[in-house]
Amino acid sequence: MIELIDVSKSFTLHNQGGAVIPVMAGASLQVGAGECMALTGASGAGKSTLMRVIYGNYLAASGQVRVGGLDVARAQPREILQLRRETLGYVSQFLRVVPRVPTLEVVAEPLLVQGCERQTALDKAAGLLQRLNIPEPLWRLSPTTFSGGEQQRVNIARGFAHDYPALLLDEPTASLDARNRETVLSLIQEAKARGAAIIGIFHDQEARDRVCSRVVDVTQFAPGAAA
Amino acid sequence: MTPLLQVNGIEKRYGARIGCRDVSFDLYPGEVMGIVGESGSGKSTLLNCLAGHLKPDAGQVIFDTRADGPVDTVTMSEPARRMLGRTDWAFVHQHARDGLRMSVSAGGNIGERLMAVGSRHYGQIRGQALDWLGRVEIAESRVDDRPSAFSGGMQQRLQIARNLVTGPRLVFMDEPTGGLDVSVQARLLDLLRGLVREMGLSAIIVTHDLAVVRLLADRLMVMKDGEVVEAGLTDQVLDDPQHAYTQLLVSSVLQV
Amino acid sequence: MNEYNFAYLDEQTKRMIRRAILKGLAVPGYQVPFASREMPMPYGWGTGGVQVSAATLTPDDVFKVIDQGADDTTNAVSIRKFFEKTAGVATTEETEKATIIQTRHRIPEAPLRADQILVYQVPIPEPLRFLEPRETETRKMHSLQEYGLMHVKLYEDISQHGAISTAYAYPVRVADRYVMDPSPIPKFDNPKLEMDAIQLFGAGREQRIYAVPPHTRVVSLDFEDYPFEASKADHACDLCGAEDSYLDEVITDDAGDRMFVCSDTDYCRSRREAGHQGRLAQEDAA
Repeated sequence: MIELIDVSKSFTLHNQGGAVIPVMAGASLQVGAGECMALTGASGAGKSTLMRVIYGNYLAASGQVRVGGLDVARAQPREILQLRRETLGYVSQFLRVVPRVPTLEVVAEPLLVQGCERQTALDKAAGLLQRLNIPEPLWRLSPTTFSGGEQQRVNIARGFAHDYPALLLDEPTASLDARNRETVLSLIQEAKARGAAIIGIFHDQEARDRVCSRVVDVTQFAPGAAA
Repeated sequence: MTPLLQVNGIEKRYGARIGCRDVSFDLYPGEVMGIVGESGSGKSTLLNCLAGHLKPDAGQVIFDTRADGPVDTVTMSEPARRMLGRTDWAFVHQHARDGLRMSVSAGGNIGERLMAVGSRHYGQIRGQALDWLGRVEIAESRVDDRPSAFSGGMQQRLQIARNLVTGPRLVFMDEPTGGLDVSVQARLLDLLRGLVREMGLSAIIVTHDLAVVRLLADRLMVMKDGEVVEAGLTDQVLDDPQHAYTQLLVSSVLQV
Repeated sequence: MNEYNFAYLDEQTKRMIRRAILKGLAVPGYQVPFASREMPMPYGWGTGGVQVSAATLTPDDVFKVIDQGADDTTNAVSIRKFFEKTAGVATTEETEKATIIQTRHRIPEAPLRADQILVYQVPIPEPLRFLEPRETETRKMHSLQEYGLMHVKLYEDISQHGAISTAYAYPVRVADRYVMDPSPIPKFDNPKLEMDAIQLFGAGREQRIYAVPPHTRVVSLDFEDYPFEASKADHACDLCGAEDSYLDEVITDDAGDRMFVCSDTDYCRSRREAGHQGRLAQEDAA
């Protein structure tokens, strides 16, 4: 489902004397349906960078980034948009939403953009918010005013609203209490069970061990390390 | 799928000075594209060329018309182009007073496009005007008030209602949130996003506000000195800018 | 007659104006630009109408001038005298006898014949002007028949007054093509715009001439659910008893007493001469 072949990434800082900072080279990996792979490595090793390259948020310098048959590194913007709508979900660490949109709508949006019937989408969103213990009175409010933990859970609910065949999870269990952590882990299990290919970053080792079948240390993709 | 708009090699000169040069892109149905750049970068010139307000010196702007399929709007007859401007196209100006008739009531402003395409039933026109006031969150009781009695944000929402009432497929926006308070901007952005999705609109938004494009635009074009220096997915261009100018632009934004 | 050329204007000017008139007749409702001359009267006093009349008059014509229906107001008298002096033509106050009638703000009540010409004085010829101040834009709107804006004005009327309150200069569409300002005639007169006589419109300050040929379709703009109505005061003339004529309301004393009289003085007089009497006819006679 997700396949990286010899991917490299560097940043060219034009405004700082054109300094080129290579951050990743020779990254290759493969995640199949129903599999969950954890990315590990020290902070700054490039875990989030790799995720962003897969999501098309960062532009790969070379190599292929194949998700569901599409090479994200070379695809047209609208192909990537379609991929993100239908195939590839991403739960980042930050919730970015239009102010004033109610939480329920925020969560239902991935379903609505695909033309899902409105009530069905809202029902599914409500179910997820319930499971993640967001009190019902908050659903009609914008999540911009929520606490960090609540925002994180809204973000997760949104990421799991649509049954994406491929999912990227950046620290999904960070800053969650035990009960919500359990819910998130079972959401991941359910996604695996329905055949989703998942790549995740988990600092929480126990969580990682419970849901991940494989671990890839991104340190090996550091420039120079592969050679 | 046929692109809704195909832009090929648009160039506009003001004498020896370049307004914009060699701009090409395709816009597909339902896509929202942002154009960013500093003042004088040619983004407004480009928008005006695309919307038929300025005649480009070179290039094509091919629009997929309902009746005849793709047609170059630069060479099409003026009546046909103006007809497009009243039906399938909409233009939201930065200053609401450029896009509204200030001496005509809110209802009349909304109804104008309907009457321009032949609607001759007062009751129906008024009904649609009231419906649209509701959709842009203006109280129905204000239908007979003139826009001069409205706040800036309300004027801008009225301008949007006036433009969208005929169900256009492509909306050009020139700094739609410029000059509005931040809280008013947020409401407008939210409204625009909702309408874009509900109506399946395609839009081209010119702005210098990167936050606006991040929230509204799927794709982004960065212009400098009349040329496109970078284009791509909005979040990719903003988070991983490749061109020196884009990097400067992105790094110049104050973080809140 | 030695002091002036016939009908004041020189022959070249009349020729230029006649060409504009002919073009106007060929394209009903279209505003033809013309090189309006300085006339010996101020703008707003009928300089456009006077130039059209001057270019239309022949020595055999019988000339009549109406100002808001009346033959005896300053404006009417001075224009009539002007042509008596500069053209030496016969003048009359009787609609029936006139061959050329210059009018300000009215159409005579008596139907006009094919051998008569009605010349209107027009202050602002552009019906779209108050909604669209740019001349370049209004010309384009005419050429492309983009007339939605005209209905915006009527929409505003209904939304503010519950009915189309435009009572004069009510816009019309001529021969299914041009939208035209019929000059500030009351909308009561609009149905009469379809007539046997030639109608010429002259705007001196704005330098425009336009025309409606005989038997041309002239439709007053309206909405399906608010149709056009040619309204008048709901009274009969207090002098001649006419119930079908346009009336002026005249306040007769400080106590608010008032009377309604025909605005068309010739029509009223001829009816009274024929024996018709209104509510106050006796008093008036007394």
